[in-house]
Amino acid sequence: MRLTKRQSYEIVEGDMTPMIDMAFQLIAFFMVLINFSEVEQDQRVNLPSSELAKPPDAAYEEPLTIQMTADETILFGGQELDLDGLRNAMLVESQLTKSYSDRRLADVTVVIRADLKARAGRVQEVIKIAQEFGYETFALRGRQSDTSTLGVP
Amino acid sequence: MKIRHTDRRDRIELQMTPMIDIVFQLLVFFIMTFKIVLPEGDFNIRMPLPASDAPAAPSELPPLKLEMLADDQGKLRELRLGNLKFDGEGRFLALHQHIRGLVEDEGGPGTGVEQEVEINADYGLQYDFVMRAITALTGYIDPNGVPHQLIEKVRLSPPAEAP
Repeated sequence: MRLTKRQSYEIVEGDMTPMIDMAFQLIAFFMVLINFSEVEQDQRVNLPSSELAKPPDAAYEEPLTIQMTADETILFGGQELDLDGLRNAMLVESQLTKSYSDRRLADVTVVIRADLKARAGRVQEVIKIAQEFGYETFALRGRQSDTSTLGVP
Repeated sequence: MKIRHTDRRDRIELQMTPMIDIVFQLLVFFIMTFKIVLPEGDFNIRMPLPASDAPAAPSELPPLKLEMLADDQGKLRELRLGNLKFDGEGRFLALHQHIRGLVEDEGGPGTGVEQEVEINADYGLQYDFVMRAITALTGYIDPNGVPHQLIEKVRLSPPAEAP
């Protein structure tokens, strides 16, 4: 008796079209939403919300972001600082700004991103340090809210 | 005569593998660099350090003083505008209504720009309350979604000593 082993490997070709469709959809989605702008946003900072907090019409010419977390650590220029550390860093920063002939300290907007649980006095000390170095324009940052925050006790 | 119609067009097999490779590379790149940016907005305040020897700028309207006292938990204990005290759940709303009356009684909306308010908050007060006070002072959004400006000049008094 002869056993004939007939092998019939067939190349199973799955339909690739739906997968490629989805992949392109995803690429398009992420491409549209991608944001290369270097926004300084630290997830540790939980901003107070306000219905009046509107994004600025035009981007600030010279933004300088100082952030403060709930435990009052100051985040500035990628460093974690205390008030004295901030003073030193601001000294360097203001001298750097002054060294450019086409920039003035008054043109710089100091953006304050402080956590809602941080003490107001601490935030004001940060503002005071900035004032001491000649900064004048401040922007207190808040999270946009659709509902009024006034009625909340 | 029979015409044989031999269709001798070969099916061109597309090489899918490199394309899918690249597509996935791109996909992974965009997913990795994706970050969610929450909508944020600003309150702009101009607050230069007061010159020590310069005479105070002549102002027609004396600045209103908003006192914010904190309890030991950092919550707002007392909210006072001059001699007026605001209490209860809707105290920020009451403050807002008062300011609105004050500004709009003086000859229609838009005239409150000249008025200045100085916020004097306790050191230990949570920043959230200061933000709410600024919201109450600076304006409102009417039901049609149009923002209205109330008081533009808000300044924070220099911080007291840390307790």
